[in-house]
Amino acid sequence: MKVTVTVNGSQVEAEVPDRTLLVHFLRDVANLTATNVGCDTTSCGACTVLLDGRSVKSCTVLAAQADGREVTTVEGLADGSGEMHPVQRAFQAEHALQCGFCTPGMVMATVSLLAENPAPTEEEVRSALEGNLCRCTGYHNIVRAVLAAAPAESERRSS
Amino acid sequence: MSILGTRVVRTEDPRLLTAGGTYVDDLRIPELADAARVTFVRSPIAHALITGIDTTAAREAPGVVAVLTAQDLDDLPPPPPPPADGGGGEVPEGAPLPLGGLWSEPLLAVDRVRYVGEAVAMVITNDSYQGEDAAELVSVDYEPLPAVVGIGTALETETLLFEGTESNVAVTSGEATDDAVFDGCDAVIKQTIVNQRLAPMPMEGRAAAARFADGKLTYWVSTQNAQITRFILAGVLGLDPGAIRVIAPDVGGGFGAKVGADRDALLVAWAARKTGRPLRWVETRSENLVGMTHGRAQEQTVTMGGTRDGRILAYRLDVVQDTGAYPRMSGFLPFLTKLMAVGPYDIPHVQTAARTVVTNTTPISAYRGAGRPEATAAIERAVDLFATEIGMDPAEVRRKNLIAPDKFPYSTPTGAVYDSGDYATALDKVLAGAGYGELRAEQARHRERGDVVQLGLGLASYVEITAADAAGGETSRLMVHGDGTATVYTGSSAHGQGHHTAWAMLVEAELGIPMGSVTVIHGDTDLIPEGVGTYASRSLQLGGVAVVKAAQDVKEQARRVAADMLEAAETDLELDTEHGTWQVRGDPASSRSWAEVATHAGSDGLVAFVQYIGGAPTFPFGTHLAVVEVDTETGKVRLIRHVTADDAGIVISPVLAEGQRHGGIAQGVAQALLEEMMYDADGNPLTGTLADYAAISAAELPSFELLQSETPTDVNPLGVKGIGEAGTIGATPAVQNAVVDAVSYLGVIHIDMPTTPARVWAAISAARESEEGQ
Repeated sequence: MKVTVTVNGSQVEAEVPDRTLLVHFLRDVANLTATNVGCDTTSCGACTVLLDGRSVKSCTVLAAQADGREVTTVEGLADGSGEMHPVQRAFQAEHALQCGFCTPGMVMATVSLLAENPAPTEEEVRSALEGNLCRCTGYHNIVRAVLAAAPAESERRSS
Repeated sequence: MSILGTRVVRTEDPRLLTAGGTYVDDLRIPELADAARVTFVRSPIAHALITGIDTTAAREAPGVVAVLTAQDLDDLPPPPPPPADGGGGEVPEGAPLPLGGLWSEPLLAVDRVRYVGEAVAMVITNDSYQGEDAAELVSVDYEPLPAVVGIGTALETETLLFEGTESNVAVTSGEATDDAVFDGCDAVIKQTIVNQRLAPMPMEGRAAAARFADGKLTYWVSTQNAQITRFILAGVLGLDPGAIRVIAPDVGGGFGAKVGADRDALLVAWAARKTGRPLRWVETRSENLVGMTHGRAQEQTVTMGGTRDGRILAYRLDVVQDTGAYPRMSGFLPFLTKLMAVGPYDIPHVQTAARTVVTNTTPISAYRGAGRPEATAAIERAVDLFATEIGMDPAEVRRKNLIAPDKFPYSTPTGAVYDSGDYATALDKVLAGAGYGELRAEQARHRERGDVVQLGLGLASYVEITAADAAGGETSRLMVHGDGTATVYTGSSAHGQGHHTAWAMLVEAELGIPMGSVTVIHGDTDLIPEGVGTYASRSLQLGGVAVVKAAQDVKEQARRVAADMLEAAETDLELDTEHGTWQVRGDPASSRSWAEVATHAGSDGLVAFVQYIGGAPTFPFGTHLAVVEVDTETGKVRLIRHVTADDAGIVISPVLAEGQRHGGIAQGVAQALLEEMMYDADGNPLTGTLADYAAISAAELPSFELLQSETPTDVNPLGVKGIGEAGTIGATPAVQNAVVDAVSYLGVIHIDMPTTPARVWAAISAARESEEGQ
């Protein structure tokens, strides 16, 4: 079937098999490979992207379900000036990534969390990120990065 | 001031954060533009004879390029002949090599499968969706055999996994039967402990791509060791190593399970040659959980005896290692467990023995710690049991028995030589940092009140071995270019640790060339033919030292060049590492930049290659304290604090070292509380997806409290030890001990891992029933 998705502000249109998952549409059709597949049971969150501004696990969404909608991946997060997004900056500053495989999903889940809860507590961060697995960091610095990003992200969203 | 020891953010991160890494599945390069996909057909049965494979329907499915089975493996050199004794006994005990002979493992199953997940056939299709469809059409006839699952069954059953062998015991070593060593002990404890099977579960599973063109194989693989992989490939395919280029692109975690390349990954290279198509294979998580090697899987019997005043006199560790369906590491893992059995304690009599058994389960190999967490878990449980037996605080028993600082280097009864340490100081730091006395008082108040939620404190003091194979060394090639930038080619192999940042820090410290002007390259055998790669926490103390030595070599070359430029004596020249300039001592006006010196030296003028083999293994140590809450009505455990002092010698990058500790602690806690790879009695995996395997999440962990401790070693010039595995070594027994401690007042003395609510609840119930029965 024909699917049209606005990905990071650009329209991507393609004829794809009906069963094509959104994550494969992003990786193989839009050629945006930052979004990773880490499991096959919607458990790990590596494939998290924003669909119309809300986080979804793109391995459990059909490309067809995203037809006519907007998707943001980690490649579309930084603004045009080349400046990293506050969440990306905080992840680097706090050493919140090691191998980087979970990172795009973790960053997008964080962006979604801070949109819903601009000033979360540590416990709220841990609970919100329960569906995003990381095997390297022990989450310690991810949690610190999310807490550190919150004020800057609030400011960015209100400006 | 030197950049070493300062908090530097990683240079790797902007790319990973904005564009994502380039893992095998992300390679969008011309060489792989028409790559077909590999999908494996795997055994759904733990133990069976294969009586037929029909690939007809699969071959006719849409998009199928080829379907390959063991019958197609007709273009490979013969495997080495079996040893004369018919078994695999020729592998030295400490060598992490597969046992050969009768215990050999085929590349693809031939006439028998020995675990669920064993590769039986390969389906090659134009895309991965077609691969999943076609793989289902491969029809394999299995004649089931009784499955051997679990150590007890392996030892008792008459069913043998390998024809011609006498039992399922593949390797035996040591004796631990002399009871006389426990004579004279006031108290002796004995306990059987299960160190359960775990899945390493890197976020990126196994993946490989291969292209065979013009007589040369190019092979991209998610590995910790490009050079070792090339060596293995050359042997398997019968190719000259010069005809193979192995590239490790970004690697999404390894944890020991990506040392070299697995059979499945090697087959991708073979199939690319066979079919003439570039191929790519990226396993699914469900494949990963049964196809990638597992770790741990030991059953241990500990016996410890000593005096009533807390002196430990004798310790015995008897290990049975479940090695899964094939002894891929021979007896290596229990060898390391035995080597490190005595831990940080000064114990006069130590006995160890190990048996390695095969079972119809996924093969076992290295997983973060690889034999050492098992050693620490055993003795740290034993010390707590002994402390309980004599009624002494476990911190006090530890302090009384830790090896004193003036005894280093210390030769253990098991044959290790501990290089340096200050074990009691690490323990005291943690006790003070955590407020141990107040925590014990709080625990007492919980107990007095009869709270439903009780508090538990768990300690683990450990010593481990890093760079156990230091003799293998590591390589580094460093060059300074005409524009003043530098490039480092390292034999070490990054997969998250931050080598690129750390190596650039070392170059900046040595040469004054700013980090931002230092490019680090790893994992490409065309550029770096010689190297070992990353495992056993070896990188900094071998690969890092190699970088420093190469920088020192380049520095001396530059001194000669600068002397020539400035017409001064070499001995009069100095390098200002603050500014990265050469000058005649005391004459800033004579200053020459690295760019000027390198330009004067000409192309390839400032280059050094170092193969550093001078090091010896190092022995990091520390103490972990876990504080848990246990709900005595439900058995639910919550880790509320985790305080550690981990001493790995001099710290070059505090940021990276802390990151290693955090990650290790989380995996260690996961073993104590949650994770276990489980099978039913027929060998069917019960935790074969992430919906079932309880990989730990942020919600189940607290933030960690890290205390600093730096005791240098003199076995390498940086004074450093490895920090990659301390977390899984210290955290697991600390948390397990804490859980037992929380309910010890009820009479519980031991709970096996993972300490799930069901297990804890059962232990509490049994203790209460036993209490009522008295």
